Amino acid sequence: MQLNINGATHDVDVEPDTPLLWVIREELGLTGTKYGCGIAQCGACTVLIDGVATRSCVTPADSVAGLEIRTIETVEETEIGRRVVEAWVENEVAQCGYCQSGQVLAATALLSDIPNPTDADIDGAMTNLCRCGTYNKIRAAVRSVSEA
Amino acid sequence: MGVIDQLARRLGQAPVNVSRRGFLAGSGALVLASALPLRPVRGQEAAAEAPAVEAFLELRSDGTALLRSPFIEGGQGIFTAMAQIVGEELDLAPENFSVEIAPAGGPFGIMGGYRLTGGSMSTRTGYPVMRQLGAAARAMLVEAAAREWCVEASELTTEPGVVVHEGSGRRAAYGDLAAAAMNLPVPAAPALKDPADFRWIGTALPRMDVRAKSTGQQNYAIDVEVEGMLLAALRHAPRLGLTPASVTNQAEIEAMRGVHSVQMLDGAVAVVAEKFWQARRAIDAAEIDWTEGEAQWPMPADFSSAAFRDTLAGATGEVVEVEAAGDAVGTLEAAETVIEATYDAPYVAHGQLEPPSATARFNEDGTLDLWMPCQAPEMFVGAAAAAAGLEASQINLHQQVLGGFFGRHFLYATANPFPQAIALAKAVGRPVKLIWTREEDFLRDAPRPLGLARFRGAVGPDGPTALQVEVVGEGPTQRWYQAPPGQDPSATEGISGKSYAIANTHIGQIFHANPAVIGYWRAVGHSMHDFMYEGFLDELAQAGGLDPFEMRLSMLSGSERHRRLLERVGELSGGWTPGPFEAEDGTTRARGVAMASPFGSEAAVIAEVSVDGGEVRVHQVWVALDPGQVVNPSTVEAQVQSAVALGTSQTLVEELVYENGEPTASNFDMYPILRPDQMPQVHTAIVESGAPMGGVGEPGLPAVGPAIVNAVATLTGQRIRSLPLSKHDFG
Repeated sequence: MQLNINGATHDVDVEPDTPLLWVIREELGLTGTKYGCGIAQCGACTVLIDGVATRSCVTPADSVAGLEIRTIETVEETEIGRRVVEAWVENEVAQCGYCQSGQVLAATALLSDIPNPTDADIDGAMTNLCRCGTYNKIRAAVRSVSEA
Repeated sequence: MGVIDQLARRLGQAPVNVSRRGFLAGSGALVLASALPLRPVRGQEAAAEAPAVEAFLELRSDGTALLRSPFIEGGQGIFTAMAQIVGEELDLAPENFSVEIAPAGGPFGIMGGYRLTGGSMSTRTGYPVMRQLGAAARAMLVEAAAREWCVEASELTTEPGVVVHEGSGRRAAYGDLAAAAMNLPVPAAPALKDPADFRWIGTALPRMDVRAKSTGQQNYAIDVEVEGMLLAALRHAPRLGLTPASVTNQAEIEAMRGVHSVQMLDGAVAVVAEKFWQARRAIDAAEIDWTEGEAQWPMPADFSSAAFRDTLAGATGEVVEVEAAGDAVGTLEAAETVIEATYDAPYVAHGQLEPPSATARFNEDGTLDLWMPCQAPEMFVGAAAAAAGLEASQINLHQQVLGGFFGRHFLYATANPFPQAIALAKAVGRPVKLIWTREEDFLRDAPRPLGLARFRGAVGPDGPTALQVEVVGEGPTQRWYQAPPGQDPSATEGISGKSYAIANTHIGQIFHANPAVIGYWRAVGHSMHDFMYEGFLDELAQAGGLDPFEMRLSMLSGSERHRRLLERVGELSGGWTPGPFEAEDGTTRARGVAMASPFGSEAAVIAEVSVDGGEVRVHQVWVALDPGQVVNPSTVEAQVQSAVALGTSQTLVEELVYENGEPTASNFDMYPILRPDQMPQVHTAIVESGAPMGGVGEPGLPAVGPAIVNAVATLTGQRIRSLPLSKHDFG
């Protein structure tokens, strides 16, 4: 099947129901997208599909053929994504960092949709788990983008 | 006696006194290797290659430095702290450092011949050594310049990255002096800076790894790619102790796309395939018959955590004394107001977000390369050599930055995937990367042991007069390092080692073996015992009609450090608030207080809670942390945030339940961890009392739980003696 990932079309030869996560990691070799739980609980595998933050570990590859898939590797190619990364760096959000690819993409999707999110908007969109507990810094970084 | 506890004992009261001579002579380590290719040094040939593996520090001709950290980065910010300490004495800005993990073996055992990353030990043990390292390197650079310029070294000073001769105005960049400096003898006793002159130590420098970690560029063990490797997924026996008898559809799954083979392991079945998802798909389809096998710690088929809790509650046996003062028993017998309570805390899983993995490759020369997460490289090398039937010298361990650890990546028999990866690589004759799914991680994690303690206390008008505690169970240090009852801090710390003055005290341990494969979890014994002790202390205050904050202050009258810390957290919270109150948003809230003395540091915490829809909500947490002195206040603040998150998480929602010898949860759906919308605001005061440097990564955690539970008791009148709060109804 053909998948549009990070602006390029890729021919991938996988079982149709292979989770997008493993197509990205194993067929394309893009390891910035992380495996955390495999059941859409933690959000470490978040990618953008037509701009929507999506948990790729439960997304069958054949369900997203023809859609625009963006991973963390190209997040800075959009203005919002660039500003989110900058905010993450400025706020020194990361600790172990394993969840942060997903967090950055979730924030990018939120701020692309709602430039000035309320606390409730943030609660609704930023649901990815972080075992290091960087939640307050994540919120501060999202705020700093919306207020910039 | 466990490694961590040995170190804690040795280091708890005083900073490590590594003999500089021993350190340098024993290691031959202080190598200034300039970047290759070396510029020819006058009168001699350039060395073909720097002795890189043995070098702590390479100073390159471009003026940058490579530091090999004995400690592993797993989110705690240790790489940045190490660069700050070395850079301070070397007089080279930390931003000019790159830091990588020092390989196993060699001179990196700076904890008296060995090292590990844990026990909140890294900065306090690394601090004196890294200062000496930087100072020695700086002295060698100065000496190299002195010789080149034919002046006395005492006439020279440094600015960051530059040696300066003020008399003549001459200047030389470190990079230009590196090659000459490398050939000089290592100074016997380099002068250390006066801390008053510190430029970077004590400063909130940014972490070095934030951009890589914000853009998906940081690699972890799970991302390792080795040429020609196969991928493996496995399924463990549902109960530890069972082993596979047969895979009834083996031919069928071996015919699945990409599958190389099905492999029977001790207690598990693995599928090896071209891709991980192919292996996963096949192992999910496997129909496996299990039979009783051999295991060092087989789970009883009827084991349940609920029944085990009751067993501990009723356990009798020898009470091995841990701490005693005065006459606790006599005072309790004579006292007017005596209360008793039993507290318990559940098994908890590590839940580090990176699932465990290991990659193994046998090489033609008989050596074995391994890529995996680990907190104790030399121990892992020893265990890997045993698993592979090789000598330790034949193991090349490539340590990886950790996607969280919290104690997950110590050596725990059945909890580490590398022996299986070794077996699989041997079986298929190719490199193999084995990834445990999240489900397999839950199944074979080494959780914090379920713990229980029985308290009796007497209280008078001026506070507690007697305390008798029996801590029942087994600590991980007895399990893994044979610490006997009474001498295993991990089994009692947080009930033992408290800072309050109670004239008549008896703390004892009743050993009772834990059937589960138990491990170290962030803040270890403190993570549950301080909850028990501080909860009971509030019960004593209530029984005596005393305010819990004021009572604690009076119990600390002998220690100015502790009194000040408690006062500090009170001030930070805007003044101690004794009873329930109405908040601005109309909710009724209450606050609780607790203290802890973990890992050489001191902590005081106040938490503010409300009850919403029958569930406890934690709004704010104030933490005053006194680690003696700090290297990077920004990192310390981040670690407090992290410790509050994990402390709140285990208090509110975490509990690994066993039934029929198996955990009932296998993923984050059935084992919730703290969500973003449950995270309290955190207010931190770092107190540098000047006491010997203590730990930072764990000490923020232990007092969080009891502060929350004490607040809940004030708000609801319900005294919770069994965690987590989510199993209680506050409707």
